[in-house]
Amino acid sequence: MQTHVYDVIIVGAGGAGMRAALESGTRARTAVLTKLYPTRSHTGAAQGGMCAALANVEEDNWEWHTFDTIKGGDYLVDQDAAEIMCKEAIDAVLDLEKMGLPFNRTPEGRIDQRRFGGHTRNHGEAAVRRACYAADRTGHMILQTLYQNCIKEGVEFYNEFYVLDVLLNEESGEPVAAGVVAYELATGEIHIFKAKSIIFATGGFGKVFKTTSNAHTLTGDGMGIIWRKGLPLEDMEFYQFHPTGLAGLGVLLTEGARGEGGILRNATGERFMERVAPTIKDLAPRDMVARAMVQEVREGRGAGPHKDYVYLDLTHLPKEQIEAKLPDITEFARTYLGVDPVTELVPVFPTAHYAMGGIPTDVETRVLRDNEHVVPGLFAAGECACVSVHGANRLGTNSLLDINVFGRRAGIAAAEYANMVDHVELPNDSQGQTITMVEMLRSSNGTERVAPLRKELQETMDMNAQVYRTEVTLKQALNDVHALRERYKNVSIQDKGTRYNTDLLEAIELGFLLDLAEVLVVSALERKESRGGHAREDYPHRDDVNFMRHTMASRKVNAEGEEFVSLEYKPVSMTRYEPMERKY
Amino acid sequence: MSTAVIDIPETVVPVATDVTFRIRRYRPEYDQEPHWEDYTVALYPTDRVLTALEKIKAELDGSLTFRRSCGHGICGSDAMRINGRNRLACKTLVKDLDISKVITVEAIKGLPLEKDLVVDMEPFFAAYRQVLPFLMPEGHEPTKERIQSAEDRARFDDTTKCILCACCTTSCPVFWTDEAYFGPAAIVAAHRFIFDSRDAGSEARLEVLNEKEGVWRCRTTFNCTDACPRGIEVTKAIQEVKRALIFKRV
Repeated sequence: MQTHVYDVIIVGAGGAGMRAALESGTRARTAVLTKLYPTRSHTGAAQGGMCAALANVEEDNWEWHTFDTIKGGDYLVDQDAAEIMCKEAIDAVLDLEKMGLPFNRTPEGRIDQRRFGGHTRNHGEAAVRRACYAADRTGHMILQTLYQNCIKEGVEFYNEFYVLDVLLNEESGEPVAAGVVAYELATGEIHIFKAKSIIFATGGFGKVFKTTSNAHTLTGDGMGIIWRKGLPLEDMEFYQFHPTGLAGLGVLLTEGARGEGGILRNATGERFMERVAPTIKDLAPRDMVARAMVQEVREGRGAGPHKDYVYLDLTHLPKEQIEAKLPDITEFARTYLGVDPVTELVPVFPTAHYAMGGIPTDVETRVLRDNEHVVPGLFAAGECACVSVHGANRLGTNSLLDINVFGRRAGIAAAEYANMVDHVELPNDSQGQTITMVEMLRSSNGTERVAPLRKELQETMDMNAQVYRTEVTLKQALNDVHALRERYKNVSIQDKGTRYNTDLLEAIELGFLLDLAEVLVVSALERKESRGGHAREDYPHRDDVNFMRHTMASRKVNAEGEEFVSLEYKPVSMTRYEPMERKY
Repeated sequence: MSTAVIDIPETVVPVATDVTFRIRRYRPEYDQEPHWEDYTVALYPTDRVLTALEKIKAELDGSLTFRRSCGHGICGSDAMRINGRNRLACKTLVKDLDISKVITVEAIKGLPLEKDLVVDMEPFFAAYRQVLPFLMPEGHEPTKERIQSAEDRARFDDTTKCILCACCTTSCPVFWTDEAYFGPAAIVAAHRFIFDSRDAGSEARLEVLNEKEGVWRCRTTFNCTDACPRGIEVTKAIQEVKRALIFKRV
């Protein structure tokens, strides 16, 4: 076992982690730990754009952007946080440009902007061109640019180091961050990283679902680690299903396709979004579009041999526009479905895409241990965190914005904190729990296997906790998850080696997925209303009287020693926007 | 033009068939030398080779080791040699392979083999870092964005697509025999900045590339261009960098 000492440890090298590293690295001794290589992070798969009210192509301002974000989030957004994000968005985009990001340009050579779902002019009048973009590979360019700047600044990376535990110690009876425990994939060795500040930037957990745009590696490790420490997770019932996943595969096709003029059609060829959102039609927020698509299929207007998808139609757009502005998704459709978007309709259906919930933080990205108190030295940013700027439904492009704005804030806050305090002593037997977990999995002779358990988990979540939910389906999902958690205790792996043991890695990841699936379902069961991405058919309306509040779930153990999910609530932070009915 | 209603075409349902993969296995804790093993799994024509590897790992041998993440050709984790050609496993579909024959899968060449399909990527990234792959502007930072015309932006568009998967570098015969050669991917990264109108660091970058192990080792075999899963004209980019060196301007 090796022990390393840093001021700041960043867990995760996607957009949020590397944006944080660029700030923290110049202020304090920093290292970034990633279970992948930085350039493999899923920020690179983001496509459409990053919104900021630059007003380069038409009138716009950050207050409109704030309003859209709050309304898009069905008023569960913390309004002070949304104001910060939308205001700082402008500098966030300009910072990236200065770092070298190759944005598409206007004829005047300024950063070009295009339309995106739910982003409007003057509080909903019409769609506005707010998304700054680099073709349909904006996330790729952000990830590359941040990595390139990390090289420039000499940021230290530990690649393929899988963080499995966060170490907390107590000061005056309260938890304080002390370090993390990581498993080195190449050797199987356990490392302890002692640090004054720790930033979690570990991304989402889309792999709880079967149909997802998420990478294989998005297994919610960071959230899972926090959860196992008994710290709360916020708003985990709010999961976003992106309307346009390639049917049957879940591969993402950007909303930018509709921003460029693409249209959704059912099997009869009808543009059904005209019925649902008469003003902005196909550019309604994702939760509304996803529900409309599922509704078309349920009512028999789905397309294809099983009538189980709808179409994205780009055929009326000029070939040059499609190839210049949407080259990657055009290639995805050609490669994976053999469909050419220039001349053919593309089969699409909602795909699990983004966790609105996560590790609760304040606007300085400090992790909350309850509604009022932070865990000193612990920070979180990006998809794994819940500030909450996305509320019940995130607007398209606001995730790339979130990682840049709050990644930057996390880097500054973590370094400044580290420069004020001394290292906290590591708790006794820091690595014990991690070694026990790893060795139990490696030596187990159990009869269960990882892949079938994971498949069953994903199938029940797709079936019972997806776009539409009811008490019956959620209870089914909960029973299934409980049964799978029992079976997981008897899981074993075939690879007993220490070097690059991805069999072991997947077993650990499955453990986190099972924990988070339970939190999601329990939180969803208790939210007896429909709001944003959480649509309860048995409670079809938003209930501001009882549920205008964030869910705070945490792991508790009862008198019999059994774990359970305990739910509490946190008020929504309101500034100037009164909740209204959400119409587009 | 009316966009309200249009005609919809018909589609057909595919069927699964058994496909055999011959995979070059190497488990350093158990094997003296790499060896080939066969695995047969049922696949649909639209399945990816990555799907096959996942199935083999899930159903036949959990110790089979490979890297993967996004699964759709954007993260660059799963470069490997499939039927002797460097490709991404997640971008290679069963229907595009001749499944009447065994499909061979092995690790990319020229980087140290660690286990099964996993190689040590560090030398590859070290070469990338050497070419100063970041914007080096000059003058005062503007308050807003730097102005760049759409034409200037288009000049280096092709090389911004690189995902650092190493398909090109590890298909290069020069790289196989001379590990010190930067390899195509690093030169592509240099190209992306040399031809960016906002950059002023070309001199330093070209100096690096003018070294013995720099751009001149390229023998224009076009393997790199053929291997690139992003369709980057790699050889052309290398030629442009050579020309910039000869004429000392971009």
